[in-house]
Amino acid sequence: MSERVGFFTDTSVCIGCKACEVACKEWNGLPTDDVGYTGHSYDNTGALGAATWRHVAFVEQNRDSSTRWLMSSDVCKHCTSAPCLEVCPTGALFRTEFDTVVVQADVCNGCGYCVPACPFGVIDKSEEDGRAFKCTLCYDRLKDGMTPACAQACPTESIQFGPLGELRERASERLEVLQVAGERSARLYGEDPDDGMGGLGSIFLLLDEPEVYGLPPDPKSTTRDLDSMWRAAARAGAALLGAVVVASLGGRR
Amino acid sequence: MGSNMAENHPVGFQWVVEAQKRGAKLFHVDPRFTRTSALADRYVPVRAGTDVAFLGGIVHYILETDSAFLDYVIPYTNASTIVSDDFRDTEDLDGLFSGWDPETRTYDPDSWQYEDMQVAAASGQRELGAPTGQAAHGAHGGALEHGEPPHYDETLQHPRCVYQLLRKHFARYTPEFVEDTCGVPREALLEVCEALCENSGRERTSALCYAVGWTQHTVGVQIIRTASIIQLLLGNIGRPGGGILALRGHASIQGSTDIPTLYDILPGYLPMPSALAHSSLEEYVEQNSPQTGYWANMGAYTVSLLKAWWGDAATKENDFCFGHVPRLTGDHSYYTTLRGMVEGRVKGFFVMGENPSVGAANGRFNRKAMRNLDWLVVRDFVEIESAAFWYDAPEIETGEVRPQDIATEVFFMPGATHVEKKGSFTNTQRLLQWREQAVEPRGDCRSELWFMYHLGRLVREKLAGSTEPRDRAVLDLTWDYPTEGEHAEPDADAVLREIGGVDLTTGKEVPDYLPLKDDGSTACGCWIYAGCYADGVNQVARRKPGHEQSWVAPEWGWAWPMNRRILYNRASADAEGRPWSERKRYLWWDAEQGKWTGEDVPDFKPDMAPDYRPPEDAHGPEALRGDEPFTMQSDGKAWLYAPAGLVDGPMPTHYEPHESPFPNALYPSQHANPARQQIRLEENRYNPSHGEPGAEIFPYVATTYRLTEHHTAGGMSRWVPHLAELQPEMFCEVSPELARERGLEHGEWMTVITMRSAIEGRVMVTERIPVLEVGGRRVHQVGLPYHWGSRGLVTGDSANDVVGLALDPNVHIGEYKALTCDVRPGRRPRGPALLALVEDYRRRAAEAGVSEPSPTEVHP
Repeated sequence: MSERVGFFTDTSVCIGCKACEVACKEWNGLPTDDVGYTGHSYDNTGALGAATWRHVAFVEQNRDSSTRWLMSSDVCKHCTSAPCLEVCPTGALFRTEFDTVVVQADVCNGCGYCVPACPFGVIDKSEEDGRAFKCTLCYDRLKDGMTPACAQACPTESIQFGPLGELRERASERLEVLQVAGERSARLYGEDPDDGMGGLGSIFLLLDEPEVYGLPPDPKSTTRDLDSMWRAAARAGAALLGAVVVASLGGRR
Repeated sequence: MGSNMAENHPVGFQWVVEAQKRGAKLFHVDPRFTRTSALADRYVPVRAGTDVAFLGGIVHYILETDSAFLDYVIPYTNASTIVSDDFRDTEDLDGLFSGWDPETRTYDPDSWQYEDMQVAAASGQRELGAPTGQAAHGAHGGALEHGEPPHYDETLQHPRCVYQLLRKHFARYTPEFVEDTCGVPREALLEVCEALCENSGRERTSALCYAVGWTQHTVGVQIIRTASIIQLLLGNIGRPGGGILALRGHASIQGSTDIPTLYDILPGYLPMPSALAHSSLEEYVEQNSPQTGYWANMGAYTVSLLKAWWGDAATKENDFCFGHVPRLTGDHSYYTTLRGMVEGRVKGFFVMGENPSVGAANGRFNRKAMRNLDWLVVRDFVEIESAAFWYDAPEIETGEVRPQDIATEVFFMPGATHVEKKGSFTNTQRLLQWREQAVEPRGDCRSELWFMYHLGRLVREKLAGSTEPRDRAVLDLTWDYPTEGEHAEPDADAVLREIGGVDLTTGKEVPDYLPLKDDGSTACGCWIYAGCYADGVNQVARRKPGHEQSWVAPEWGWAWPMNRRILYNRASADAEGRPWSERKRYLWWDAEQGKWTGEDVPDFKPDMAPDYRPPEDAHGPEALRGDEPFTMQSDGKAWLYAPAGLVDGPMPTHYEPHESPFPNALYPSQHANPARQQIRLEENRYNPSHGEPGAEIFPYVATTYRLTEHHTAGGMSRWVPHLAELQPEMFCEVSPELARERGLEHGEWMTVITMRSAIEGRVMVTERIPVLEVGGRRVHQVGLPYHWGSRGLVTGDSANDVVGLALDPNVHIGEYKALTCDVRPGRRPRGPALLALVEDYRRRAAEAGVSEPSPTEVHP
């Protein structure tokens, strides 16, 4: 297996140009969403979905009569423990040699279990054919030694691609620079391998609370507790069975 | 300032971000909080159209706090030059400079000259009949008629030296004045002033970036002049990290100025000859070239151009075919040409790389002009609004005109895209880069080069054998470019080689413009591009990676002139030729070797020592001193004060926009730029401005702009699904306060009305549109992106339908960036009811006392 790769999205230098959205759709041959005019600042694609694998959020803020306009390009997190993959009954979702998570469209049967399993609302079923789609971290490009389309198109290096360990270091360095410069609310998101997701393959530098960008503040893998849940269920089942046995034995008396 | 760089130049903006990461501070001064403001260290709001006042406030600060970089200013600028005793400032004449003629509404600039000097306008008389000329696009300095230097006072104390004139002129541009006029809190202005001054001087430099937010005003040229004054006083010109960066609007628009699609210049900024003044080559060169500086060699540039165009047919005996060059008979700028169409004098029109029906001010006027043509050729990727205007236009919807009544014959020629053709781009910083062809164009789509070449070929075939003298200009052309491929595509390399210049005696490409001759032995299609094909190599196509060469990267592409990356770089060293500082070293004098050396190609005579003083009979560049870096200027100095070359004054002055809800706080009796060009026609009605009856009918300031997601008038984006969905509808940006005042609901519709027309858009209520305090009251601004039209995947009303035509008098650019309007909630009326709505506003204005325009009144 190759070194684990991922994205570092530094939202502090995102200019909201949406080149990532367009490059992604162009490279992956995705259709338009044609959401129409939303009125949500300059966002007219709405959210990540089956045909939108990169999505730029626009957040207008006004505090103490000063204006701030946050922009952030969201993407699949390529989780360390990926619930979508774990719940997939067909094996359509798999972990690649780059330690990224990809759906094989020709294996997906459209059961849709993965959709509620994702704590980020990333993976989505296509309305057209019912199959699940999401960012592949440009699996086809990686195999040819190329940078993913979104990172390639980003003019300001807001989206950086590379070995995850290196990206984590870069993210920490950048955070420090910003904090020294007075950006007190700057923070990293998904960089901690000990968090509820075991760390993310797509890490972010945010300038505000994650909720502001539409990200869950403390994401936990939806399958993390499955094991203990099944154990508890098994214990309960065993106890019930024991009671029935005891009851029936007693009845015989 | 005057630019929304992150949105409109996102690729170039990566270098701004890079600079920020290295510690640069970014200020964004703009009427709107944009995606550029979002990335800026400090956003400063400003009322649209008050840029001279704001920048004048900076000039005031520099002068009054003694912050000018005098070691630079005294030797390198005309600060110490004494101006004629006849000159009177706006401060003396209540908003007018001396020389104003109220009848013609023009200036006679004679009194603006240096003392005891006759300074001719920039490389000659740029427009017909005007004895003093009009500065053309890219005008370059002035000519000292006799070559002797002007009078100087290097102590800067003489009351008529430029430095003291500036102090007097800008004395009233105080922080209080700026606050009251621009709506900028004085603390914000002072923060900008301090940052600029702290980051200029020996150790540091600052850059100003602008785009059409500065040019599209009735004082556009003067706004940029104010920026020049700031950068010169602070010593930020000709040095790394400094400068005034004009961000051009799209790919190779710089190239289309260098090798112009403009009416008043020839390639390389040579002036277009005039029908009355220039009957011979000698006359043309003599009247246009100064004795001193590099423009003194204009004859060589002109003859080389004529040899490139007419080859062997151009001989010394026939004046090198100078008679074949078209002559100017007056103002043939775009809007004057439109009037010619409306009045039936202009019969045919080519539209290439433009969509004037959507992208040009006053769309109704543009479409009316096109309806009156015999023929129209539109070359584009898709059938844009300008090609479909005869059956799909607002005027068809209102029922004003019917397609069957329009006689214009429209030829739509499908164009190849940028990946379907090869050739060069010249971008913002004069850098030429080569683009290869990736795929063959589909169907009938062809490149511009193919179209122009074969059009010329067919015209020449039709004229073959003609004995008419008038046909010689076409028949004598060197129209012999090799063609290749199944479509007989002309070889773009061959065109570039012709532009780059050839020594006809050896057949070898010239290395730069210095060997060009006026005897017909050299040919060069554009003298400033001379050398772009040196050694028979396409220098433009070089792509050596940055890490394999010096930080200036001279082997990436090729920059005009002479692959020089910073113009006037002699100014990066002090008068003695030493770097201003170790940190900012760029070019310096190497006394041992007796030459200029450093990181770039010297913009100076390479072996002219700093202590060189010209002998009395010197000519051309040798007539300038070794410490005068501005070698295209005939006095070798950068002009803080322009004694010639501008038609609306030697120094910038604050005037209100042509349409403004406010009085001119400096000069109440001079509301707008007195010399602005007005087109008072029925088709171009103006909103009453402050001080005129009915001004209150249009109480809001509007400004137009672009968004990242779309390209100008939409031809390259509204038909592209992945771009179209990103900004699918026309919207108008307003503040919450204005929304409350007028009952506008976010996400619903609103209508914008001017005397020209009314348009609708979705309401975007946002705090990003600041409400400013001006003249003691709150002013609302309305933001209008201008990308939409009636065609394509996403449609909407065109903002330019409500914009009127009031122009900068120097360059005839319209005031798209500051106008007045009224707004109301809801969609605009449909059909004839739209006309009734606009008519209602006109009636109200007439009742208030606005006079009807006379049909032909044009100023000046």
